[in-house]
Amino acid sequence: MDEEYDVVVLGTGLTECILSGLLSVEGKKVLHMDRNDYYGGESASLNLTQLYRKFRPDQTPPTELGRDRDYAIDLVPKFIIASGELTKILVHTEVTRYLEFKQIAGSFVYRDGKISKVPSNEMEAVKSPLMGLFEKRRAKKFFEFLQGWKDEDPATHQGINLDRDTMKTVYEKFGLEQGTQDFIGHAMALYLDDDYINKPARPTYERIVLYTSSMARYGKSPYIYPLYGLGELPQAFARLSAIYGGTYMLDKPIDEIVTDANGKFVGVRSGNETVKAKQVVGDPSYFGAGKTDSGKVRVVEEGKVIRAICLLKHPIPGTDDSDSCQIIIPQNQVGRKNDIYIAMVSSTHNVCAKDVYVAIVSTIVETSVPEKEILPALQLLGPIHDKFVSVSNLYTPTADGKSDNIFITKSYDATSHFETVVEDVQDVWKRMVGSDLVLKKREIEGVQE
Amino acid sequence: MSKQFQFKLVLLGESAVGKSSLVLRFVKDQFDDYRESTIGAAFLTQTVTLEDQTTVKFEIWDTAGQERYKSLAPMYYRNANCAVVVYDITQSTSLDKAKTWIRELQRQADPNIVIALCGNKTDLAARRQVSQEEAQKYAEEEGLMWGETSAKTGEGVSEIFTAIAKKLPLTAPAPKTTARGAPGSSGRGVDLNKQPTAGQNDACNC
Repeated sequence: MDEEYDVVVLGTGLTECILSGLLSVEGKKVLHMDRNDYYGGESASLNLTQLYRKFRPDQTPPTELGRDRDYAIDLVPKFIIASGELTKILVHTEVTRYLEFKQIAGSFVYRDGKISKVPSNEMEAVKSPLMGLFEKRRAKKFFEFLQGWKDEDPATHQGINLDRDTMKTVYEKFGLEQGTQDFIGHAMALYLDDDYINKPARPTYERIVLYTSSMARYGKSPYIYPLYGLGELPQAFARLSAIYGGTYMLDKPIDEIVTDANGKFVGVRSGNETVKAKQVVGDPSYFGAGKTDSGKVRVVEEGKVIRAICLLKHPIPGTDDSDSCQIIIPQNQVGRKNDIYIAMVSSTHNVCAKDVYVAIVSTIVETSVPEKEILPALQLLGPIHDKFVSVSNLYTPTADGKSDNIFITKSYDATSHFETVVEDVQDVWKRMVGSDLVLKKREIEGVQE
Repeated sequence: MSKQFQFKLVLLGESAVGKSSLVLRFVKDQFDDYRESTIGAAFLTQTVTLEDQTTVKFEIWDTAGQERYKSLAPMYYRNANCAVVVYDITQSTSLDKAKTWIRELQRQADPNIVIALCGNKTDLAARRQVSQEEAQKYAEEEGLMWGETSAKTGEGVSEIFTAIAKKLPLTAPAPKTTARGAPGSSGRGVDLNKQPTAGQNDACNC
C-alpha cells in the first residue's frame, strides 16, 4: 500500500466497477478496495449464506432451499434494457466475453385489478386487453405518430413540437384515456411518477422509442439479464480493470478519508496504513452515509426505497408461467405517487434452485409504514415462501468533487433498469477526467484466435 | 470430420510463481506470429491436437493479479473445466499457497473440475526447495494431476496441457462457442454483439 495511485476506488458496486474499468483502460493507476469480502457492494448478488448473514445474522439458511452455491440473489432489482446505454458499454468494453445473457420473458402492467402484457407497438396495442375498441384506434394512431416521427420532416409532426409541447398536450391530441396514459408513461416510458406529463414531450418520446427498439431486439421483453445474477456485472468490469493493471483489495476496512488543511483529498487510511492518490471515488457508504459521528457531511439523503426479496415456489399468477418478468403497478392504479415494481427471475437465470422463483418488490417510500405500501404488489405474487425486506436511503453527493478531488457516486435508485447508473458514471467521469466519456475501441485485442 | 472441444482453464497460484509466463510459453509456441504482452488480454486461447485428431481448445483465464490480495471474483471459477495450480519449486511456501488454492477450488468450483498441480521453474533446480516426491505425494492424495515445468526453457509445458486435454471428458458433444455454457440451463442466451437488423427479430424461441 506504499505506492501512490492516480485513483483510489472505494466500493465494488456496479457504478464504481465501470468507472474503475474505464479509468484503468484509460491508463490510470487504480487501487480498488471494498470493506466486504465479496464483489458488488449494494449491487451484489448474494448466495444464501451471505443473504442470511445480511438479513438474519442469527440464523442459518434452511436446507430445503437447496444448495447455497445455486443462489445469486440480487440486492437491487434491475434489468438491462436491451438497446440502452449499459448495453453499449458492455459491448464496447468487451466485458461481454465474461458474461452470458438471457431475455426477461415478459413485461406486464397492472390495470383495474389485473395484469396484462405491455403492448410494444401499434400491432400489439390493437390486440391488447388493456383498451377498449375505440381507445385502441386512438392508441394505434398515437404509436404510428411516434414511429413515423422524423425531426427533419415537419409533415410527420402533425402540428406537435416535441421540445415545446408537453406530454399532456400530446396525450390530449390523440385523446388517450387516463389508464392508457398510465401504461404508456409508466410501463413504456418507465417514469416512476407523473411529473413528466407537464414537461416537454421529447424525453418521453425518446424513452418510448428506447422501449420499443429494445423490445424489437430480442422479442419477448425489452430486458436482458446476466446469468448468475446482476452481481456478475461489477465482477466483469472489475476484471477489465485488473487486466489493465488495476489492483484489487477486498475485505479491507476503510477507516478514514485523509484530507489536507484545505480539505483536499490526500489518501485513504486503513488501520495503520495510508495509501495516497490524486483522486478518490466511491459509493456514499464510504463518505459518511448513514453515520452521525463522521465529521464532514459529504452526502445527503434524498429519499428511501423499500425492497422486498420474496422467494416463491411458483411463477407469478397471470404471467403465463413466465420464468422471469417485470410487473409495473402504475401509481394512479393504487392511489400512490410512485409506481411499485416487481422484478422476477428464476433458475433459468442460474440465480436460485430449480422450482424457486425470486421476485423483488420495490418502490419509493411515501409513508412511515413502507411495508404496507407494497401490499398491492405482494398480493399479486400468490403464496410467499419467504421474504427479506429492507429499506434503503438514497444518497447523493453534496459537492461535485472538483475542488477536493473527492468524487462520490449515487445510491441505486428505484428505476427498473441501469440507465441512471450509466448517467451517474458519465457524470462522475466528466467531473474526474474533465472531458466527456467517449467509448474508444480498445487498442489491444484480447482474445488470440 | 475431427471432433473439437472447448474448455475453460483457470490459472491459480501465488504471485510471481510464473503463471503468466507459463501460459505465454504454451500459447506462443503454437503461434508463428509473436504477440506482445498480457495486459489487456481477457483470456488467451490455445488448441491441443490429440493423437486421434480430436482438438481441444483451451480458453485460458489468467488471474490478472486479482489473487494478490485474495480478491478473485467467483466469476473466475465459474464454469471452469480445468485448473492449473502453479507453485515455484524454489519456494516451499508457494506449495502451501497452492494447497490453499486447491482447497478454494474444491469449495468454489465445479466438483468435476480437472486440477493439475504444476511445479514451475525447473531451470532453477539448483535452488530447489520442493522435492518431486513431496509434491507428487500430495497430488496423489488429493487426486490431482502433477507435473513440473520451466516456462523459461519450455520443458514440460506442452506436456502438462496435453495431459489435461486427455483427462477432460471428451465424450459430450462439442460445447457451444463459449465455455460458459452452463449445462442444464434451458433456452438460448442472447448475443449482445450482434447488431439488430431491420425487419428481422432476433427472436429467441425459448
